[in-house]
Amino acid sequence: MENVITLKNLKKSFSGREILKGIDLEIKKNEVVSVIGSSGSGKSTMLRCINLLEDATSGDILFHDKSVIEGHIDINEYRSRIVMVFQQFNLFNNMTVLDNCVRPQTVVLDRSKDEAREIAMKYLRKVGMAEYINARPAQLSGGMKQRVAIARALSMNPEVILFDEPTSALDPEMVGEVLDVMRELASEGLTMIVVTHEMAFARDVSDRVIFIDEGVICEEGDPKEFFENPKTERAKAFLSRFLN
Amino acid sequence: MTFIENVINIITKYHTLLLDGLGYTMLIALTGTIFGLIIGLLTGIIKTIPMSKSPILKFLQKLVNFIIACYVEIFRGTPMMVQSMVIFWGYAFMNDGNTLPLIPAGIFIVSINTGAYMTEIVRGGIISVDKGQFEGAYSVGMTHWQAMTNVIIPQVMRNILPSISNEFVINIKDTSVLNVIGVMELYYMANKIQTMTWNIFETYLIICVMYFIMTFTITRILRVFEKKLAGSDTYTICGSQSDPNAEIRVKKEKEEFR
Ligand SMILES: Nc1ncnc2c1ncn2[C@@H]1O[C@H](COP(=O)(O)OP(=O)(O)O)[C@@H](O)[C@H]1O
Ligand SMILES: [Mg+2]
Repeated sequence: MENVITLKNLKKSFSGREILKGIDLEIKKNEVVSVIGSSGSGKSTMLRCINLLEDATSGDILFHDKSVIEGHIDINEYRSRIVMVFQQFNLFNNMTVLDNCVRPQTVVLDRSKDEAREIAMKYLRKVGMAEYINARPAQLSGGMKQRVAIARALSMNPEVILFDEPTSALDPEMVGEVLDVMRELASEGLTMIVVTHEMAFARDVSDRVIFIDEGVICEEGDPKEFFENPKTERAKAFLSRFLN
Repeated sequence: MTFIENVINIITKYHTLLLDGLGYTMLIALTGTIFGLIIGLLTGIIKTIPMSKSPILKFLQKLVNFIIACYVEIFRGTPMMVQSMVIFWGYAFMNDGNTLPLIPAGIFIVSINTGAYMTEIVRGGIISVDKGQFEGAYSVGMTHWQAMTNVIIPQVMRNILPSISNEFVINIKDTSVLNVIGVMELYYMANKIQTMTWNIFETYLIICVMYFIMTFTITRILRVFEKKLAGSDTYTICGSQSDPNAEIRVKKEKEEFR
């Protein structure tokens, strides 16, 4: 099947310090890929490079086999196809819940207000936030904010959603409600790249697990196999730290 | 009591001049502040454009940023009275002695001067907005302009509103320097009345009181306005789970979508 996103020897340095040391990755349509690894290993940097929030130092990123770095591609159109969900939600503080989901559609996709509202409501209902459309982000709990952020992402009808530790900033009792939504999306065939520390989610929901260590993909493969029988020493050490 | 008589005399005889002057002062200060704010917003947006990767665009960006920096430094570093003379007579010098119409010239001078201060105020306001707001906007595909106008500037405006009011009040007072080029604002009118009555102290005392009343009432009005806006910033009223009022609004909206 066709690759939606392909990373080719992706490298990224911050002021001379190499954070990503050559990442090769292929993401297929409808695939759910979990990215795990210890803090500081470069997981966020990889996602941010894919979304072009960071410029890769070298290597290439392909979207449907077209380079988004060298190619003459419309960056904003590309970003609207591979929307990102952040650890800190990044909802627009000056807008209501509904506007958070409507405005990006009308501004970026040129949808009419009515159409955008209908689409936004569909996804706000899906994440269970339809009753809070008039609320402001500051009035919501973390779990609610993240569900709105997911609805905002879905409202763009993207091909891929990149999740950067979507539950890491949440109180424990709210992690479940966000993971439930993500589980549902995965079962519906949405293509997802999920950086996460939720090992159960990575094992049960994803089609593939990527273990990143010090800026390289150290191990990747079938989730069940990875968690039951990690091959590399570093993955073993990481898992034993995490699962205990 | 010649003092009181003189004051009454000036007011009864010259109240049209005084009120005209007051009107022009307010007109120039208000429009100057608004245009200055627009200048500040535009320069603020331009200065925060992410650096382009193309060398030509990057050079252009740096050049524009340099020009903006020069503009800010020059207009903040010289007196507005001198700026008025240089701009007004500079225009005349380059146009065979034809001068600019006075009120538009006054508005132009105050605008461009205020713009320099507003540039810094807006820049500070943009910097103080959480970086995540920019990334949220960019990550769904918004351009810099779209992110600014939809997400960032509305938040900046609320944060810098006290500084904008402050600039407005400063402008009410500082339009008085425009008398050097003959703009008929309040100070100019006082000057004119003074030469006709020779009651110098009484005349300037009257406009002193007028200036104070203007700045005092406007400061109070703007403060109420700021409080109102700041109040909506706390976001505890509508949609809150703990506030019963919120339920009403939320329900209303729900019906709309059935
Ligand atoms: N903008 C930046 N400037 C400098 N260093 C950065 C920047 N972003 C990330 N880093 C560094 O890159 C490393 C990897 O960060 P990150 O990708 O956030 O890791 P992870 O998401 O796996 O925890 C960290 O050491 C971090 O300090
Ligand atoms: Mg991270």
